[in-house]
Amino acid sequence: MKIIVCIKQVPDTNEVKIDPKTGTLIREGVPSIINHDDKNALEEALKLKDKYEDVHITVLTMGPPQADVALREALAMGADRAILLSDRAFAGSDTWATAKTLAAAIKKIGEYDLIFCGRQAIDGDTAQVGPQLAENLDVPQITYVTYLQINGKEVKAHRALEDGYQVLITKMPCLLTAIKELNEPRYPSVRGIFEAYNGKQVEVWSSKDIEISLDETGLNSSPTNVRQTFTPSPKGQGMVLDGCGRDTVCELLFKLSEKHFI
Amino acid sequence: MNFNLTKEQEMVRKLMREFAENEVKPIAAEVDEEGRFPRETVEKMAKYSMMGIPFPKELGGAGGDTLSYIIAVEELSRICATTGVILSAHTSLAAHPIYQFGTEEQKEKYLKPLAEGKYIGAFGLTEPNAGTDAASQQTTAVLQGDYYILNGTKIFITNGGEADIYIIFAMTDKSKGTRGISAFIVEKNYPGFSIGKVENKMGIRGSSTAELIFEDCKVPKENLLGKEGKGFSIAMQTLDGGRIGIAAQALGIAQGALDECTKYMKERKQFGKPLAAFQGLQWMYADMATKVQAARLLVYSAALKKDENKPFSVDAAMAKLFAAETAMEVTTNAVQIHGGYGYIKDYPIERMMRDAKITEIYEGTSQVQKMVISANLLK
Repeated sequence: MKIIVCIKQVPDTNEVKIDPKTGTLIREGVPSIINHDDKNALEEALKLKDKYEDVHITVLTMGPPQADVALREALAMGADRAILLSDRAFAGSDTWATAKTLAAAIKKIGEYDLIFCGRQAIDGDTAQVGPQLAENLDVPQITYVTYLQINGKEVKAHRALEDGYQVLITKMPCLLTAIKELNEPRYPSVRGIFEAYNGKQVEVWSSKDIEISLDETGLNSSPTNVRQTFTPSPKGQGMVLDGCGRDTVCELLFKLSEKHFI
Repeated sequence: MNFNLTKEQEMVRKLMREFAENEVKPIAAEVDEEGRFPRETVEKMAKYSMMGIPFPKELGGAGGDTLSYIIAVEELSRICATTGVILSAHTSLAAHPIYQFGTEEQKEKYLKPLAEGKYIGAFGLTEPNAGTDAASQQTTAVLQGDYYILNGTKIFITNGGEADIYIIFAMTDKSKGTRGISAFIVEKNYPGFSIGKVENKMGIRGSSTAELIFEDCKVPKENLLGKEGKGFSIAMQTLDGGRIGIAAQALGIAQGALDECTKYMKERKQFGKPLAAFQGLQWMYADMATKVQAARLLVYSAALKKDENKPFSVDAAMAKLFAAETAMEVTTNAVQIHGGYGYIKDYPIERMMRDAKITEIYEGTSQVQKMVISANLLK
């Protein structure tokens, strides 16, 4: 079974401090981690590797050269191959362009049975890349997976909903997005860490290594425009009017008209 | 000297920090209170190849280096000094002498399961009348046919009773003094070997400290470690390495106490402002932080020298001396900064202070470290 796990390196939001003056995140000195949901995705792949013979796991990420460490950690946890998509041409990609770029890389990787993604990244919170990637590759997708069972080429999964779950069955190849309820990610082993840096490689692919047009990747090709990032200003104090009679209603109407709501 | 950690060492630190915070911290107070050996933690450490960090993969280890192992002891001790010493005694005092002095057969039979964490190791040198004066060994080993027959008692043995494999020192020829001491690998199930009193300690209460009793204990002669008469030299060289481990434990305890102070001084308010705003405490805190960092550099530099196969006895002694005294001072001041809250068991600070004291005593007291340093430098 060939599995591709897409991961993202993100700032550890537990360690992020907020600038009290500007209200924005202070990113300097914040440690980078593998996005939580992506670790669940990787763990599920590793569990399949523990269970079945001949499982090969490729971890794939797009990011700056520093994302190397996230891939090494994935190797230390037990992944077999690691690919870093890194090129200035990819920089600033939104989810649409990221999915296009990842799809191009996966086409180059070749055959696969399963693609695992995390549900969403803690920095962007869009939950779009997994589904977009499935669309680009034209494979079925099951999102918010909390339980997974493999029977030959058949994939049975529980898809979390707000008030329950759906049981979905599909055929490989397909794409699944993991959420934290799926499993408890393992730690890398100390031996795994030394192997990840001595003997194992992180392959770095640029825009020239994959078939992608420059109008499908990068900031300028991204349809999303971020106008401003800001912390919403706090709402003012509410007002409670005591009483239940005509006078209270009149007072309410007066206050509402005073504020031009009515 | 390169002060930057390698990427591997950085990742080992991150792993050990997460492991300590998630797996060790939740049970640290309970393990201390109940004096309970945290076997479940040891099993988890084995799973992630933390029990044999500096040994080659072929011998069951993680294929890492001394500094990575030292960082592991530091990070564990930052949260729980009990867990730190279990790993240190196991790795430095039991597995390492087999790695350094053992035969290929001994490495295969004993080092491999130790490094894989299937066995826990211990080291038995101290006796009722041979503490700092370790040469005054009274335990004897007499060769009879294919076996050495061991008789005597060891005390204060870390991991005693919990360990599967013991490195035991005994006199094979009393007339030769220190040159008559030999080292043996003893399995816990050998007939004539039993565990005596398990000590009730001030600190590191979850680590087992026990008496080992040998009554006509039969040890196969192929379990002689190194040559006959080389035991004292093996013990001293092993302790040189062990001291870096204990220095790392002390460093971890000190860092843990400092981290608690960093948090507490920002949260706790008196006279309308946080403790962090009082200069008297700022100065105390600055001294603590400075000493912790100085200790770290000494400890890491000793570990690096060992990795580079350079002589490191003096470095290890200096690291242990300074780190242990720093741990005692920093934890004492940390209790002071916490005031009444530092003295009660709702906070981990009082445990850290109790744990720190032993680092000035075992694997050579602070006074012994000074003897080692001066004896080497004034030669």
